[in-house]
Amino acid sequence: MIRKRIDFELIQEIIPHGSRVLDLGCGTGELLYFLKNEKGIIGYGIDCDEEKIACCVEKGITVHHGDIEEGLKNYPDNAFDYVILSSTLQVIRWPEPVLVNMVRVGRRAIVSFPNFAHFSLRLALAFEGRAPKNKALPYEWYDSPNIHFLSIKDFEHFCKSHQIDVMRCEFFSKGRRIKFAPNLFAEDALFLLSKGGTSA
Amino acid sequence: MDLVEPQNLVKTQVAVFDEISLESGKRLSPLQIAYETYGDLNADKTNAVLVCHALSGSANAAFWHKGARKPGWWDMYIGPGKAIDTNKYFVVCSNVIGGCNGSSGPASINPKTNHPYGLEFPVITINDMVNAQEFLMKHLGIKRWLCVIGGSMGGMQALSWAFKKSELCYGCIALATTMRHTAQQIAFNAVGRQAIMRDPAWNRGSYYETDVYPYQGLAVARMIGHITYLSDEAMNIKFARRLREKEKYGYDFSIDFEIESYLRHQGDSFVQRFDANAYLYLTKAIDYFDLEGEISNDIIRGIMTKFLLVSFSSDWLYPPHQVEYIARLLEKEKRDVSYCCISSDYGHDAFLIYNEKQSRILSGFLNRLYGEI
Repeated sequence: MIRKRIDFELIQEIIPHGSRVLDLGCGTGELLYFLKNEKGIIGYGIDCDEEKIACCVEKGITVHHGDIEEGLKNYPDNAFDYVILSSTLQVIRWPEPVLVNMVRVGRRAIVSFPNFAHFSLRLALAFEGRAPKNKALPYEWYDSPNIHFLSIKDFEHFCKSHQIDVMRCEFFSKGRRIKFAPNLFAEDALFLLSKGGTSA
Repeated sequence: MDLVEPQNLVKTQVAVFDEISLESGKRLSPLQIAYETYGDLNADKTNAVLVCHALSGSANAAFWHKGARKPGWWDMYIGPGKAIDTNKYFVVCSNVIGGCNGSSGPASINPKTNHPYGLEFPVITINDMVNAQEFLMKHLGIKRWLCVIGGSMGGMQALSWAFKKSELCYGCIALATTMRHTAQQIAFNAVGRQAIMRDPAWNRGSYYETDVYPYQGLAVARMIGHITYLSDEAMNIKFARRLREKEKYGYDFSIDFEIESYLRHQGDSFVQRFDANAYLYLTKAIDYFDLEGEISNDIIRGIMTKFLLVSFSSDWLYPPHQVEYIARLLEKEKRDVSYCCISSDYGHDAFLIYNEKQSRILSGFLNRLYGEI
């Protein structure tokens, strides 16, 4: 759970005290619970899993049981200070409207995802000729919840083509920050985004 | 039952008030409210929870009446250590006005004539039921409910509290309900009313002092209602096409199928405990319910109540999308609302059946509210 801890710490560092935060794919509400206690945020979550929703309500987290895309569409512009998509991008059926709506509904968006261009995955594909696996992407091809495989470069390209400003990005591998050639050496990436032309 | 321990026995109490003004413009005088309370009101009076019953419910939400064959209708969720913990909360449940379980209704005596009201009883709305509950609230010395909770028609009352009296209601849990009765929902109620009103024994509502009673009409109304409370899955699990005490079809019009027998039993037992006119009044109140038509976005923006909205996957009377719609409406105005759809095969009746998830979220949400105040 090193990945999760780094995610949590980075997100905690970014988000100011008392912010309104929406967590997409909030799971059992751990991140929101953590931010509520550490930063006094007003948190909301969306998740499609009934058991996880029940866990959130038990923790006192406000949640909506349903589809992320439908839920996002409903919110007015700038309804939140931060909208978070933590390690969930790769499992969403249609990421494009979700990302576009994230920067509309939130003044800022935080997106983290596993980097499919990490050298270990490249090597596995090149030399073994099989769908690669590593700690960040541990599943077999046939039982993986991950339906999109993207690299850091892909994501940066997406942001540029959709007028989304990258305000900050952090890359890490095995609990350490990666500065050099992140698309090759980082297992995970975290981006702080805002709608193009609105960053101030 | 003699086995019920004395601490688990409860009695319905009655409070009487001078009069209440109704949405129709009419007045009801006197106003009688039957209610029960469980647990103790704390010194700050911050732990009061109002539980609202559905169409055929009563003030007996939990614990046992002396000699009763079963406990209150939500006993699985209300009690010491249960989801709505009576060691922690002061729980109030009152019978709705317009009904027939102790509060003023069409079978009550009209003081002007000294005979039962019948159709002289004024038409009641969901908001009227809530206004009557507010009389009781003041009577009990409660300034604000920690939470108002209800399913189905009870959910409508809970929503009415939250949308129209937000300052008196810190939290709201509405289950298996809607904020606006749709044409299909009205249609089922209309058929139920027709069944009663086309029974010759109904006698335009004046049957109380005669030796006839619209049993047939009320039983048919209940059977129709009961079908809408179940689900295809629930009926298949419980009855499938099983035959009733026979090996082969009878090739006649006696009871062949288990489901036929079950519906007759439901209808026949309902007429023993429910007043036909009350059925007309309560279904009418539900049909008039249109909170969405009453409120504006400005009103929604002013709502400070925190919501937990719950639907059930197989409920086709108040389907999940109608409950989720309320959540979306509130989210659009940035209100504090949680929504959960619980998977269940039991149809609309699911909220009246013990479900571990329902228990956990009721308890968790109340706990959160209690921690915040």
